[in-house]
Amino acid sequence: MTQVLLNALVVGTTYALIALGITIIFSIMKVVNFAHGQLYMIGGFVVYYFNVVFGLPFWFGLLMSFVIVGALGIAMELFLFRPVMLRVKREEVTMLLAMGTAVFLESLALIVFGEKQRGVPPIATGIVELFGARLPTGRVVVIVVAALLIVALMLFIGYTKTGRALRAMAQDRDATALQGVNLKWLSAMGFGLGTGLAGLAGGLLVAIFAVHTGAGTAVSIKAFLMIMIGGAGVLSGAILGGFVLGVLESVGYALLPGSMTFLIIFLIVIGFLIVRPHGIMGKPWG
Amino acid sequence: MKSSGIKVTLLVRALALATTAGTFALISLAQANETLKIGALGVMSGPFAGWGGVMCQTSKTRAAMWNDDGGVAIGDKTYNIEVVCVDDKGDPKGAQTGAEKLVSEGIKYIQGPNTDSTAESAKAVMEANGTINMPYAFSKSLYKAPASQSILGMVASYQVGPVIYKWLMDNKGIKKIAFVCENNADPLNQRNEGTAAAKTLGLEVVSDQETYESGTTDFFPVLTKVIGTSPDHIVLSGVNPSDVGPLIKAARELGFTGTMSTETGQDPRAIFEVAGEAANGFIVAGGASTEAIRSDFMVKFIERYTKDWGEWNDVAGLYVYGPEIIVQTLQSTPKALDDTEAFKAALDSFVGKNPFLKEGGELKYVGRQDYGQSRQVSVPIVVQAVKDGAYEPLFVGKLPD
Repeated sequence: MTQVLLNALVVGTTYALIALGITIIFSIMKVVNFAHGQLYMIGGFVVYYFNVVFGLPFWFGLLMSFVIVGALGIAMELFLFRPVMLRVKREEVTMLLAMGTAVFLESLALIVFGEKQRGVPPIATGIVELFGARLPTGRVVVIVVAALLIVALMLFIGYTKTGRALRAMAQDRDATALQGVNLKWLSAMGFGLGTGLAGLAGGLLVAIFAVHTGAGTAVSIKAFLMIMIGGAGVLSGAILGGFVLGVLESVGYALLPGSMTFLIIFLIVIGFLIVRPHGIMGKPWG
Repeated sequence: MKSSGIKVTLLVRALALATTAGTFALISLAQANETLKIGALGVMSGPFAGWGGVMCQTSKTRAAMWNDDGGVAIGDKTYNIEVVCVDDKGDPKGAQTGAEKLVSEGIKYIQGPNTDSTAESAKAVMEANGTINMPYAFSKSLYKAPASQSILGMVASYQVGPVIYKWLMDNKGIKKIAFVCENNADPLNQRNEGTAAAKTLGLEVVSDQETYESGTTDFFPVLTKVIGTSPDHIVLSGVNPSDVGPLIKAARELGFTGTMSTETGQDPRAIFEVAGEAANGFIVAGGASTEAIRSDFMVKFIERYTKDWGEWNDVAGLYVYGPEIIVQTLQSTPKALDDTEAFKAALDSFVGKNPFLKEGGELKYVGRQDYGQSRQVSVPIVVQAVKDGAYEPLFVGKLPD
């Protein structure tokens, strides 16, 4: 059982990191970013290229995954979402735009990065044994870094001027604009932060998993599951949703036949959403 | 002085004439070549792109080699080969519309699809239009009568699985075996066939119900349960190229010290890059380009593929058999260019040359034992183990007629 709990901790932490970026974009822009998984995938490839192909340190690659995918997000906001949202108020248009972007990024990635799965050398070697359960040191490092990143983001959002402006914009754009906040700059920054986090998650997790160009769709689906459980647009909800899904997945695999695990998870989520459609920490009014 | 001036003028004119004549000759030679289109229909995007994408690239590279050599002589004409690739995205509906698209272009020979569900879906189009296709899928209904248009392009899991298990019993002393696979039709079929074969051999199957969802990133949860049953050997049934490295890595990190194998084609460098030294010893059936057995021609093909696509993929060493045997069969039966019935009639008697193996040998159609008719390409059974990013062969066998 210790192994199952450790598995849940690792899966939950990684899921929480993945869910944060998508919920930031949703809360600020009200855009359901279906390309989140593809941005995660690009983050993984950025680290792979810096670390394996160019021979630079993993941590530098990780920083670049945030910078490059964040810049990509800013470009997406400036040249795709902003012009469309200025002209159209219907939400499904941005959803379709995000879906199109996802397909485009995945197809482009296949051409640029090729069909093979990629991995990086281990960032730490050895195994930590806890009450008979095994936890590779690389996973310990990833959990610690992911937790630090989550804390840093919460502090940034909660206690910096920019973070407060982002929260204010998520609550009421007009009122925020009346306070003299530059919404155009803030929107681009918020979108870049969200996508940068996707890149960071992909870059960090390539250290313990692997990445391939088709990885994005499944990541997006799980990210949506997490924010639906935790509450769309709420940062703490995304983290909670990540951990809930991680626990459900790990415990489910331990107790149920493999083919039943996600069937049961989806049933639980459907049942839960009927009772509480706004998720654990979301608000009924949005 | 005047005489030498005339000589220079004459020389220039002669050169111009020769150049013009040469150009016309080349143009007319090029014009003489007709085009033979071959289709490639498979999953070329997503986690399975390592199969269909490589299949398309392989055919294009082989076609480019033929074309660079002046084309392929079939009957009294010479043909340039053009490969038309269609991505079915691993979707049965996509496979059907893809097959229809290729057929509508007049293509009579198609490599692919890559999975049971897509091949079964495309089968209706192939059978109705008399199109020959070469799936990399193991469902026997594709190859058994009344079906007649599909030819298996590789060794099936139920053919090589028992061979691997028996070898492991004899050489590694395995007694308990576990199967894990993706929760998808193809891998589940392969798992069921593998489980049945293992039981027939007298192995104790300690786990065969554990599956993971497509797109899983962390395999610790599912493998924790599998390894908890203490198997000597774990089979990754029908594992796709994107999952194999992470699965091996996770199993070793969880402390599994037994042997592991799969029956699907995989690239050793990609596995090693993800799993590192944990990948060493992983047993794979497939890839027919192992250094120990490959011919100079295969080396040339590998060089060309690497030049064309940036990096070698071992699975291409298997896929290259597809266009090769199609073209060789057409050369032996030119009538089959327009008439696939003639192609099918030639399957029993066709014997070509295998250019990819160091020892040469025959390239022919087999499968009578498993399918009751010659509907399988005679690729060698090569069982190999990953060693530092390359393969080292464990043993090589032949498919029965």
